[in-house]
Amino acid sequence: MTNLINQTAAALAGLLADGSVSSVDVTRAHLDHIDAVDPDVHAFLHVARDAALATAARVDARRAAGEKLGPLAGVPIAIKDVLATHDMPTTSGSKILEGWIPPYDATVVRRIRAADLIPLGKTNMDEFAMGSSTEHSAYGPTHNPWDLDRIPGGSGGGSAAAVAAFEAPLALGSDTGGSIRQPAAVTGSVGVKPTYGGVSRYGAIALASSLDQVGPVTRTVLDAALLHDVIGGHDPLDSTSLTDAWPSMAAAAQAGLKDGALTGVRIGVIKELNGAGFQAGVKQRFEETLALLSAAGAIVSEVSAPNFEYAVSAYYLILPAEASSNLARFDSVRFGIRVNPEDGPLTSERVMAATRDAGFGDEVKRRIILGTYALSAGYYDAYYGSAQKVRTLIQRDFTAAFDKVDLLVSPTAPTTAFKFGEKMDDPMAMYLNDITTIPANLAGIPGMSLPMGLAPEDGLPVGLQVMAPARADARLYTFGAAVEQLLEAHWGHTLLSRAPALANTEMFATEGGAV
Amino acid sequence: MSEITAEQVAHLANLARIDLSSAEIDRLTVELGQIVDSVAKVAEVATPDVPATSHPMPLTNVFRDDVVVPSLTVDQALSGAPDRAGDKFRVPAILDEE
Repeated sequence: MTNLINQTAAALAGLLADGSVSSVDVTRAHLDHIDAVDPDVHAFLHVARDAALATAARVDARRAAGEKLGPLAGVPIAIKDVLATHDMPTTSGSKILEGWIPPYDATVVRRIRAADLIPLGKTNMDEFAMGSSTEHSAYGPTHNPWDLDRIPGGSGGGSAAAVAAFEAPLALGSDTGGSIRQPAAVTGSVGVKPTYGGVSRYGAIALASSLDQVGPVTRTVLDAALLHDVIGGHDPLDSTSLTDAWPSMAAAAQAGLKDGALTGVRIGVIKELNGAGFQAGVKQRFEETLALLSAAGAIVSEVSAPNFEYAVSAYYLILPAEASSNLARFDSVRFGIRVNPEDGPLTSERVMAATRDAGFGDEVKRRIILGTYALSAGYYDAYYGSAQKVRTLIQRDFTAAFDKVDLLVSPTAPTTAFKFGEKMDDPMAMYLNDITTIPANLAGIPGMSLPMGLAPEDGLPVGLQVMAPARADARLYTFGAAVEQLLEAHWGHTLLSRAPALANTEMFATEGGAV
Repeated sequence: MSEITAEQVAHLANLARIDLSSAEIDRLTVELGQIVDSVAKVAEVATPDVPATSHPMPLTNVFRDDVVVPSLTVDQALSGAPDRAGDKFRVPAILDEE
């Protein structure tokens, strides 16, 4: 039988549609692979084996009865644990929500169920999506499938590792400052942060409401587009949801596969995201990719975004400020754990404080305290108010850049995957890691990361970030699919086919070497 | 250098309702000082002529029709509560004895 786990979602959809395979077969193959490799990778916090097989059997029965199903019907998917699921625990990576089963589904979860995708389980993440490595998960870190001693990125390291380790062809992520794109970069997978408001946030446990955006995590650009088409579009349950009529992202991706798709496309290289602090192999692969783009007919030029220098600072004021108010809902009354203080009277206030001390990890406490500080009377104007002004300046930088070019590019992350523990004792070093991805969230524009090779010095994946103007998500998919095709033609294979074999798996090439 | 003190962190922790240990307060005082020193650079370019942006894609007056729609049942709403009494959340005393 065809190897089912290393197929793209688009290929699986084709095999399911023409009856070559059943959804039960496809789902079981992925569940078996999860059993084999997840003890090492730890991408999943919860695996819903029985429910997944039952759902797959129902989809197969409906297909057999001649029912017309959606394009991804029967294809398995992993769900980041930040998204509410009525039939699976939802913890957001935090002890404070251990075992919580929400009474409702997030809108994106409802939509993937309505489109007959098969939920496999919930993926690991930094607690409340605060982090760039999954080391801040209360349930232990996820390991990078390329090197189990290294981080898979964060906060959505579980979703990225799940697709990179072939445990799922598709996953859902959320991106507040890079939590979809940076894990994609360091695991050799694809991730998209849609335009703010393009995908519903209803049922996504809020980190920073003006920055959070749900999006696809996949192995190919076309798969991301297919998933985007399922989850995107207006949702009346999210007051920040855009009412736009969106074009088909899958059609946009397919347009990128046609000859000449890169001819005359104006690409801007952001000067401020291409300098000091970037690993040599990251810069090298980026320069090589730009050369390939030029050779394919794209017009590459340099653009300046002078205020990006202030983006990390603005972000680490706005995010903690919003997070400190969002996380006030964890009050030991309506959901989650309740912990009584060791001594003294049992008042609601003291029980709440004891619960939050026991239930929140160090990074969450750090950001809540920082946010409380930034919003305090006397500091508000200097910190939070100034950060909001920087946000305006960054939007203006993007507007000026997009007057000159169609798309902006940079490396997705300054380095390849770092080792566990390397940045845990230095919060600012961890925060600075997000310098490339944060500007898109501050401005609300869409961004994508796709693989652009392996760094020669460590053999680890490097990601290309592409950004488009707000609402121009389709442009991202057209360009992304074209670049992916160009790079894979240049290499002669996909990047992930060069990932080392994991325990009990022998179907992947282990030779390889630098791409 | 920022002027953040341990007393200030203890006050913030109280406002944020997190019962931090004194060791946590000491560590956070140092870390917070470093972070605040670093992020304070936003003030360099945040001049009075620049308007603030609170939201990346501004929308106004997002309303729905004023009609009853299905909502959570009482049991669903209480399903995640650590404690309940009948149809209500049960909580510890709101007022202390002082």
